[in-house]
Amino acid sequence: MDELLSEFLTETSESLAELDVQLVRFEQNPNDQGLLSNIFRLVHTIKGTCGFLGLPRLEAVAHASENVLGKVRDGELDVTPDAISLVLESIDCIKGLLGALEETEAEPAGNDAGLIDRLNALAEGGGAPVAEPVVETVAADEDDIDVPDNAAIGTRPGETPLDELERLFQETEVDSDEADVETEAEVAVAVEPDPTPKPAASKDVAVAKETAPAASGEQAPRESQVANQTIRVNVDLLENLMTMVSELVLTRNQLMQIARHEKDNEFNVPLQRLSQVTSELQEGVMKTRMQPIGNAWSKLPRIIRDLSQDLDKKIDLIMHGADTELDRQVLELIKDPLTHMVRNSADHGIENPAERLEAGKPETGRITLDAYHEGGHIIIQIGDDGKGLDPEKLKAKAVSSGLVSEAEAEALSEQQIQQFIFRAGFSTAAKVTSVSGRGVGMDVVRTNIEKIGGTIELQSKLGKGSRFIIKIPLTLAIVSALIVEACGERFAIPQLSVIELVRASAASDHRIEKVQGIPVLRLRNRLLPLVSLQRLLNLDSPDGREDGCESFIVVAQVGTYSFGILVDRVFDTEEIVVKPVAPILRHLSLFSGNTILGDGRVIMILDPNGIAQATGEIMVNDGHGNEESAEARALADEKTSLLVFRGAGEQAPKAVPLSLVARLEEIDLTTVEYSEGRPIVQYRGQLMPLIPMEGGAKLGTEGRQPVLVFTDNGRSMGLVVDQIIDIVEDRINVEVQPEKPALMGSAVIAGKATDVIDAGYYLTQAFGDWFRLTNEDKQGKKRAGGRILVVDDSAFFRNLLTPLLSVAGYQVTAVDGGEKALALCDRGEEFDAIISDIEMPGMNGFEFAEKVRSSEKWGNTPIVALSSRTSSSDLDRGRAVGFTDYVAKLDRDALLESLSQTVGV
Amino acid sequence: MTNSNLPAAVVGNLAVVAGAQQYVSFMIGDQSFGIPVLQVHDVLGPQRITRIPLSPPEIAGSLNLRGRIVTAIQARCRLGLDPLPADAETMSIVVEHGGELYSLIVDSVGEVLTLEARDFESHPPTMAPVIRDVSNGIYRLNDSLLIVLEVPRFLDFVRAEAA
Repeated sequence: MDELLSEFLTETSESLAELDVQLVRFEQNPNDQGLLSNIFRLVHTIKGTCGFLGLPRLEAVAHASENVLGKVRDGELDVTPDAISLVLESIDCIKGLLGALEETEAEPAGNDAGLIDRLNALAEGGGAPVAEPVVETVAADEDDIDVPDNAAIGTRPGETPLDELERLFQETEVDSDEADVETEAEVAVAVEPDPTPKPAASKDVAVAKETAPAASGEQAPRESQVANQTIRVNVDLLENLMTMVSELVLTRNQLMQIARHEKDNEFNVPLQRLSQVTSELQEGVMKTRMQPIGNAWSKLPRIIRDLSQDLDKKIDLIMHGADTELDRQVLELIKDPLTHMVRNSADHGIENPAERLEAGKPETGRITLDAYHEGGHIIIQIGDDGKGLDPEKLKAKAVSSGLVSEAEAEALSEQQIQQFIFRAGFSTAAKVTSVSGRGVGMDVVRTNIEKIGGTIELQSKLGKGSRFIIKIPLTLAIVSALIVEACGERFAIPQLSVIELVRASAASDHRIEKVQGIPVLRLRNRLLPLVSLQRLLNLDSPDGREDGCESFIVVAQVGTYSFGILVDRVFDTEEIVVKPVAPILRHLSLFSGNTILGDGRVIMILDPNGIAQATGEIMVNDGHGNEESAEARALADEKTSLLVFRGAGEQAPKAVPLSLVARLEEIDLTTVEYSEGRPIVQYRGQLMPLIPMEGGAKLGTEGRQPVLVFTDNGRSMGLVVDQIIDIVEDRINVEVQPEKPALMGSAVIAGKATDVIDAGYYLTQAFGDWFRLTNEDKQGKKRAGGRILVVDDSAFFRNLLTPLLSVAGYQVTAVDGGEKALALCDRGEEFDAIISDIEMPGMNGFEFAEKVRSSEKWGNTPIVALSSRTSSSDLDRGRAVGFTDYVAKLDRDALLESLSQTVGV
Repeated sequence: MTNSNLPAAVVGNLAVVAGAQQYVSFMIGDQSFGIPVLQVHDVLGPQRITRIPLSPPEIAGSLNLRGRIVTAIQARCRLGLDPLPADAETMSIVVEHGGELYSLIVDSVGEVLTLEARDFESHPPTMAPVIRDVSNGIYRLNDSLLIVLEVPRFLDFVRAEAA
């Protein structure tokens, strides 16, 4: 039988059964509006579905009774037993039709004009007497009995007491023979059933009376045959069942583990059987949670139809494997991403018919959806035969939005360039349409899919089309986890986020190195930050040793951030059922849940996301773990000239961005003078403080000492280093955050782990001292220079600007985004000027400026834009939204100039 | 605080008004405490407990009770007492709160007592705040006093700490 039809039958039989009950209750409580509207809704639904399925006969009957109910609802019709009876009659008629429908899969021939006329008459005449010949319907033999009631009250109004009718009505309902006889006797004249094509209806009333009980008896099972094949079960019940089965599986595992130790045990055979049954049971229960993926697709044809009209495109949607089943929880989670991607394909992928013809393709574009199982995963492919992604366009977009430099973009492979579409805020649509092009989307899609442990891949060929391949787990209820041990405590790490295991020991190639006390691992030419579980979880080691030199590293990946987790031992993997932790422990973000292992012990499940965030925090101590890794990535995209040198007596190379260094000097140590114990030299007619890399380190007394000169606002400071090694062009890919304020972090530069120093730190050191040494008045005047708010998402620039500006005499507040800046505004903070970046995630600089301009408090505060984008169109746009000035990033002099003009110092 | 304005939903308090009520008695330090017997799920001997790193000090860890994960609470710690030495034999009382099971680790569990409402008294005003925090009153026994623990409030330490 057609699936749709059988579903309709199931659903409608349920509704009808409910209607029977509700109508009867309604008759007893005619003033219950809640009941009435429920009844109305049920009938309406039946009518609607019938119309949808093309069942005119059913629809007509349902429509007529809906009319009556509508009148009742509007108060135009009183609730009388005969009205109810008539409606019940129509319901029986529908039941009869449904029975026939179930048998033959088609509506029986014939019509129900008589019943409908009576219903209409009731609706129009407000219950006026109707006594016309009645055309009977197929299986609704007992209707004969209802009709007399109607006739009786109609022909002799007021003569039949209501309670009598009531009794009649109820007796009729239970097919009481007595009632049949009684009513039959009363109305034999009034009713003359017309013969209909069906044999049952061709019988006369007397026969009908006798066959009625039999007919309804045989009708009941027929009606519910389809209905009985499926039952509706509360989802909670299923979830509960699933939990119980999971428990059973765990217990089974425990038993098996015990049995494994004892060979030739008499329990072995029954245990084997138990194991098998449990597996089957588990599979069965899992199936109850499974739903065909087609459920998530059902909306798509409509969406595509609407879209193709909106966009003037011709699109076919082809779906394969709609019956592939997956866990309903997973299904819910991928519904939206799928819809989003299909819309994307239709909007961005498929070209206009004209363009398609030109490209030698059929006019009608095709979007294909494929779903299939593959090794415990579901693979969903969304493909289109549209124009594909244009790598050149992507490149240009990536460069213009500052994600990569032009030179770098050239070096990227097509595959790498395509990955940009998963970046936040990245849209290739030339213009924003109602459908897509806002640049929110693919990053969200990716995040959502990764959240459920899936992956998404993209294949695209210019002119041929693109294809997304999504791989998601079948179910979230049972996950496979790696069991590890740290300091005698065991933890589970979800296998999905584990990439590899590395064994590290002093002797092997994989040696744990330390940069500023932070462990890192060189892994295939990359520095992998390491997280010690012992330190992260504050575990006390039983034998008091520090992170062992022989340990295992679990390399985990969260998004694009990979890191290593240091553990003492690695055990095998186990299938575990993730259970939420007690509410009392919900605030511990490092754990995603807990579970019971095969041996019966409780184990905590580590959440790699939480660890990634926590490590960021531990490393920078400022609570911006996520942001730091994002910053590291952002920095990774910019190649910088770096000055590499040795200092502080350490062999490890250090580096500083060359742009910050004014000059390299060699200073004759005999010319060094001391003021209050601090070394200074006379340099270009000024006193320049010399700052050693390590505080308190003594300078030699003779020979020449290389010094990096940082110049700021007419003042200079010399950083004493041991040896200047090289100038290299490389990315500052800060992979490990430092504990020392003097460092920005560590990076692989020219193939070596290098500390990148924070010039700003030394500047403040020098000038903090410098100001104290020179006159206070000057300082006071300088400090009054103004309050500056720096808005920049990159910690690098905040760290750079804050000292720079404080040195220039401003009071600086730095925030990492427009939202936070506006929050300061709301708090009533006042600033003399705002310096804002343009490229920021979330609210960009232009939007921020507009907001500031429109705000009451800060409406007149000058805003200086700081950006790497300094084309004339950018400048125009900047001016248009209210930026006071526009300065290129890293042009410090221009910035200070601009500030002193705007603030008026 | 008087009995009349107690939250009526708490079974133990209903009993205070209604008459006799049975309590599971247990010792923490040298003080006896009681929990209405109907709220007690299980009484356990020493269990293998998995520690939960970074959890509040009151939480001893979690344990497996017939396939359910139970959070173990150090009752001594909750009441501000020093913990017992690690090798001390302790008992646990398992209670249910908000659909979750919690196991209160106490020094020892005594018998089930049937106590009359007339022997119940609210705390003297001089009672230590930590006790007032987790309990509404005391039963006068023949030879000692029994403090009635309010389980929801006893388990509410995380919020109390955060506030």
